[in-house]
Amino acid sequence: MSCCGTNPGYEELDEVSRLVSTKLAAFLKTLREAGFAVGPREGQDAAALMAAGFAEKPGLLRSALKHLFSARKSDWDKFDGLFDAFWLGKRVRSRSLTMGSAQGANSPSLKSLQDRKSEPTAGDAATDQVPSSDDAPDGRAGEGRMEGASRAENLSEIDFRNMADPDQIEQAHDVARQLARSMRTRLTRRDLARRRGYRLDLRRTIHGNISHGGVPISLVKRQHKAKPLRLVMLLDASGSMSMYTGVFLRFIHGVLDEFREAEAFLFHTRLAYVSDAMKEKDAARALDRLSIMAQGAGGGTKIGESLQTFNRWHAARVIHSRTCVMIVSDGYETGDAALLGREMAALAKRCRRIVWLNPMMAWQGYTPEAAGIKAALPYVDLYAPANTLKSLTELEPYLAKL
Amino acid sequence: MKTREEIAQVLANSGYIADGELATAISLMQLLRRPLLLEGEAGVGKTEVAKALASAHATELIRLQCYEGLDQSAALYEWNYQRQLLSIQAHHGADAETIEERIFSEKYLLERPLLAAIRRAKPPVLLIDEIDRADDEFEAFLLELLSDFQVSIPELGTISAITIPHVVLTSNGTRELSDALRRRCLYHYVDYPDVDREARIIMARIDGSTASLSLQIARMVEGIRKEELRKVPGVAETLDWAAALVGIGVHDLLDAPEVVHETLMCLLKTHEDKSRMTREVTERLLGKVA
Repeated sequence: MSCCGTNPGYEELDEVSRLVSTKLAAFLKTLREAGFAVGPREGQDAAALMAAGFAEKPGLLRSALKHLFSARKSDWDKFDGLFDAFWLGKRVRSRSLTMGSAQGANSPSLKSLQDRKSEPTAGDAATDQVPSSDDAPDGRAGEGRMEGASRAENLSEIDFRNMADPDQIEQAHDVARQLARSMRTRLTRRDLARRRGYRLDLRRTIHGNISHGGVPISLVKRQHKAKPLRLVMLLDASGSMSMYTGVFLRFIHGVLDEFREAEAFLFHTRLAYVSDAMKEKDAARALDRLSIMAQGAGGGTKIGESLQTFNRWHAARVIHSRTCVMIVSDGYETGDAALLGREMAALAKRCRRIVWLNPMMAWQGYTPEAAGIKAALPYVDLYAPANTLKSLTELEPYLAKL
Repeated sequence: MKTREEIAQVLANSGYIADGELATAISLMQLLRRPLLLEGEAGVGKTEVAKALASAHATELIRLQCYEGLDQSAALYEWNYQRQLLSIQAHHGADAETIEERIFSEKYLLERPLLAAIRRAKPPVLLIDEIDRADDEFEAFLLELLSDFQVSIPELGTISAITIPHVVLTSNGTRELSDALRRRCLYHYVDYPDVDREARIIMARIDGSTASLSLQIARMVEGIRKEELRKVPGVAETLDWAAALVGIGVHDLLDAPEVVHETLMCLLKTHEDKSRMTREVTERLLGKVA
């Protein structure tokens, strides 16, 4: 902390470090509210960094703390903005901070913390940086709030048919995520139960039988690890599906998050690969990026052509022997229905199962009369409605059987 | 503690042109003794960081390439079973305890990368490459090792680290890493280099590349990266291309648009991308290079 010219006395030094650590604790709190996973250890390390002279220049401190506090790309990208707003935005120069000037003590975030201990673990009531923390029902406050933000943004854009209540949509996301999670654990357990083995593992057999003087009495076998189920989702984002797109986007986000292997595509008049865009941990940002892709050009649904693109360019990469392709569409093909039939046939040869989810199916009096769905149905293994959360949950046993 | 400028200079001497932030990350690594997690697109030079770091410290680089199914016996240690068996046979009739003591001694222990890394006299650079390819279980195990730097071998007891290695982890983001591992590490996102830095990389790595040619190549590659491509070319591809152009004897990209277009195969690795980069596109991009 000896960055300034004058040599402060011990009392003054204590004061300085107290102020710095209080301010640092407030910063940690801000970060935690922004979704960063920072704990006491990071706080200690940050204090150590400041003591080691990293606090001399704001740029240097920012870069150092960025490495320390970020844990993923989304953190990395937003850190600079948060740092500048917190440390530099209020005309508090870091130099004056290290000198412990009154200016530092006057900053509002500090004031609210003055009567508190400087431990960065303080997980209690809010500083002035938090708009509201009472609406989060449980400990996962940050997460809940992020989803809340996205909820507000998407509502204004997408109109779900019967689901206008924000709470319900929130629930849609949660159920989708839980579904994906439960499917995943079930798959894992199945893998373990089946592991009986057909090939001798010579190395382990010898090792295990050293106690018998090397005579192989108990055998160790091995088997190829079963490939986990891969789920490839193709979501129809055309106008006729617009009431459902939002819910399914959330479902896909949950699936990509929780499944070990999953890929997602959107199609309307053309096909777009969206897994990368959706791997964003922050749901709000992922959906933001997607809504741009999902908008696309209005004017029909070319399922056949989109599938052709998929078969030609993506299938070889994303489909392996244990892949389930899930198409979510109403089957209103505005292109060539015969082409759709041909492409479905090609797809059926490649993958293990094709599930076609049609939200319209549950409508009263619906029969699959659209030319598209008629051409596609012969190749579909499971044709199911998916207009409620319950019907989505009912898919689980089917997927687990694969 | 070395300053960032010194670190950048030392890295540059070993052929790696670092940006300022990476130099900070490396100085933090030394100061806080935390591992460094590098994320970024394939081909931006994540592995190179570890190599440069090793040569900057003039120390050994121990590399553990992760893959699905990687387990302790391939990553940490394994007993040399064949030798143990031979030894048992050779000393047939000896008393059991003597045999046991003999065959479970260090002589019969095979070091794998993780054990090797903590038993060197001079701290090596431990590169755990593509950690996202390993299983969740391995990640959990690694976490334990990285926090304690000690290994317990049931037959032999606990082996503590002689020196703490400089640990660099890389990830391509094919799987989401656990929050615990992320928190344990310093994080650095390696992005594609900007034009200036890429030009300097080309000059440092490719013999016979002039400053003007390097700059042209870097600008051209930057233009190509902005196109809608399936697979965006990385630094390694840029270097291949630069080597190809220098080898053919091109001194100015604008003089040889044909060669430029035909050598783009060094950068574009899928049929889709290749067909998207038509002659017209190449010429348009070349126009911006000047």
